[in-house]
Amino acid sequence: MDDKAILGADARRQFITFHSGEQEFGADIMVIREIRGWTPTTPLPHSPDYVLGVINLRGVVLPVVDLNARLGRARTEANPKHVIVVVRTGERTIGLLVDAVSDILTVRAADIQPTPELARDEQSEFIEGIAVLDSRMVTILSMERLTASLVATQTALAA
Amino acid sequence: MDPMEAIKQTYFQECDELLLAMEEGLIAIEAGEADGETINAVFRAVHSIKGGGGAFGFEALVAFAHIFETVLDHLRSGKLSPSGAVIKVLLRAGDVLSDHVGAARDRRALGDEHDADIKAELAALSGEEAGSDEAAPADFEGLDFTPTCIVVDEPAAQSGWKIVFRPHAALYAKANEPYLLVRELAQLGPTAVEADLTALPALDAIEPDQAYFSWTVTLTSDVAREKVEEVFDFVVGDCDLTIEPLSPAPVAVPVTAAEEFPSIAAGPVQPQEKKDAPAAHDAAKQTIRVDLDKVDRLVNLVGELVITQAMLSQRVLECRIPRASSIGDGLSELEHLLRELQESVMAIRTQPVKSVFQRMPRLVRELAAQTNKKVRLVVEGEATEVDKTVIERLGEPLTHMIRNAVDHGLETPEERAAAGKPEEGTVTLSAEHRGGRIVIEVSDDGRGIDRPRVREKAVERGLVSPAAQLSDDEVDNLIFMPGFSTASQVSNISGRGVGMDVVRRNIVDLGGRISIGSDPKQGSKFSLTLPLTLAVLDGMVVAVGDQTFVLPLAHIVESLKPRKQDVRAFGREGNLLNVRGAYVPLVDTAELLGARRAANQDGGVVILVESQGTGRLALMVDAILGQHQVVIKSFEGNYRHIDGIAAATILGDGRVALILDVDGLVASCRNRLATAETLATGT
Repeated sequence: MDDKAILGADARRQFITFHSGEQEFGADIMVIREIRGWTPTTPLPHSPDYVLGVINLRGVVLPVVDLNARLGRARTEANPKHVIVVVRTGERTIGLLVDAVSDILTVRAADIQPTPELARDEQSEFIEGIAVLDSRMVTILSMERLTASLVATQTALAA
Repeated sequence: MDPMEAIKQTYFQECDELLLAMEEGLIAIEAGEADGETINAVFRAVHSIKGGGGAFGFEALVAFAHIFETVLDHLRSGKLSPSGAVIKVLLRAGDVLSDHVGAARDRRALGDEHDADIKAELAALSGEEAGSDEAAPADFEGLDFTPTCIVVDEPAAQSGWKIVFRPHAALYAKANEPYLLVRELAQLGPTAVEADLTALPALDAIEPDQAYFSWTVTLTSDVAREKVEEVFDFVVGDCDLTIEPLSPAPVAVPVTAAEEFPSIAAGPVQPQEKKDAPAAHDAAKQTIRVDLDKVDRLVNLVGELVITQAMLSQRVLECRIPRASSIGDGLSELEHLLRELQESVMAIRTQPVKSVFQRMPRLVRELAAQTNKKVRLVVEGEATEVDKTVIERLGEPLTHMIRNAVDHGLETPEERAAAGKPEEGTVTLSAEHRGGRIVIEVSDDGRGIDRPRVREKAVERGLVSPAAQLSDDEVDNLIFMPGFSTASQVSNISGRGVGMDVVRRNIVDLGGRISIGSDPKQGSKFSLTLPLTLAVLDGMVVAVGDQTFVLPLAHIVESLKPRKQDVRAFGREGNLLNVRGAYVPLVDTAELLGARRAANQDGGVVILVESQGTGRLALMVDAILGQHQVVIKSFEGNYRHIDGIAAATILGDGRVALILDVDGLVASCRNRLATAETLATGT
């Protein structure tokens, strides 16, 4: 079957999945630029604790966000086993600190469920939906909202 | 973009350059530094603007350019002498021409009244009636001439020219079009054109890039020979051109005419000056237009390369490879080359400040006319080069400062005469390189700053308390305060709501500083000190706790090791440092920026920094690591602005270091201290 011919509920999307804390997350493969090992960051003053600082990504000064902390959970004690997922949305590029990258997932649109009403907490504003495959459950994150929130906090602080 | 639109854009870009060249030439003539080529260059500039304008059908522009050109032609031929008054009219005509170009660019019509006066003045200079511009070749549409058969040996009364024009291949290669030239000849009078196709080979032997045609144009008109030559002004070197008077026998030519055209002998017309003109043009520097993005990419890449090289060198050293090895030699060679490469790439972005300075003479002329003052603008060091980004942002502050100098600084001619000064005031605009920075000065020989008035105004606006003891310098600097406007009545020149505080902010945003000096009755002088580029910065690398920061060198006054007894507690938590008698707020940088503090605290160094306008601050750091030129990297595109941080850079070890924003730090500490002070005194 030709992929391009598939429409509607059968349309497929590809996600890169990664572990952070105890959960498995997915992000649209199109926004992921690269995956690189952890390097120590330069802390940024007057920034929220989930912003770990900046690193040098081949000459670009890249802010790195601790995904687990951003989702309102524990801060990650970063070590060389962690990886940074480089995400580009629109004109902005940021890095996400996660425990490990696991998989590339192809999911039918029909298999993505909306966020359960009960699960509304700090992370729900970044969640696009939940992909359920056999026994696995992958939380699909909206990288656009995540990157945008980095700038939005400034307005929140200023207000 | 539609191709015609693209050509039009190119035309307007060229117009800008030509207008500048024209003004430059006129000013050189005014200053008496002109040679024959200068006036030719001015003429060519106006002529090119006219020609292009005709092609696009900008009739008002062409009509005006034509009148202008006529006067320039008289000047060129020596019929008109370049007196000061004449040049003044020409400069104003240049301004109006520039308005015409601007109007054409914005697709609006310039009212007739806009150029009526100057047209009349120009016409007076060229000895023509203002209304006689009907002959202007404004109407380029169509070949509206009728071929007339002319019997060559008609009576001598029938004057005219026989023009044999044989283009070379080079003429076509330079995108000239014989058709247009012939059409232009037709504007001079009735013409008969005959094409000579004899040189045309058989079809299979034709080389498409060769020139095979020639034309014989019989022009029945008593126009001057110069007029005919003028048509071929731009192609003289690229064709065989013969211009003969129609009356074959010289005896038939009236004596007066013979005097008028001494070079009547037939033969290729290649007057000396004309031949020189294109040559001088070719000798000019060759340039290309490049998209600025491409240059920026190159600058960035070279920046990366320099960082990578520094990292590589450091790694090699860590491997204990001696410097004197072949690897060490190679590395130092690489470093040397990279530095040269970086300098060359940076040089691509630099431009002479001339491009901004050149806008100023017109401004001064207009201001002088509006204020009824006599003003002479002296420009020095306009060849000084500085980065394009700096140049682009210089225009506005400079315009404002010059406005101020003419409007507030200089007195009226009567006041000047009464004060024993020459009636004509002088405004000097100068630029020079000094210590890796560019210094631009705007000075005038006017009345200087009226300190009692400035002070009174500042008190009135609540900027200083009436009891404050202020030095002359402090009073002068009040004009930079936000909300201060020196104009006692808001004129339409200065005092439009933008004050000197905006000028200062513009300059500070560029990483520069502004200062003022003034002598009552002698004049005032504004000095701008600016970095040569916004891409790199000279910085002092300092260690604060476990972090490394960069302090812009331009803001550093001195570094010192404080003694315990020099530090005094102040307010609730603040400290003041005694620096040779002056108390400066002392701030722990680690605390300010939330860096982890090193265990050992007594080995600190204090760096005294100064911000333009907000004063000094003593920053406590752990150690000074060195002084480097660093490449400025913004992170605001990916993150957001952080107070106290200007940008980031990448150090030799590949790690990111933050560049401190001294102005922001000083301002926020002052605020904090002020709050502490009110708390301390309020209780």
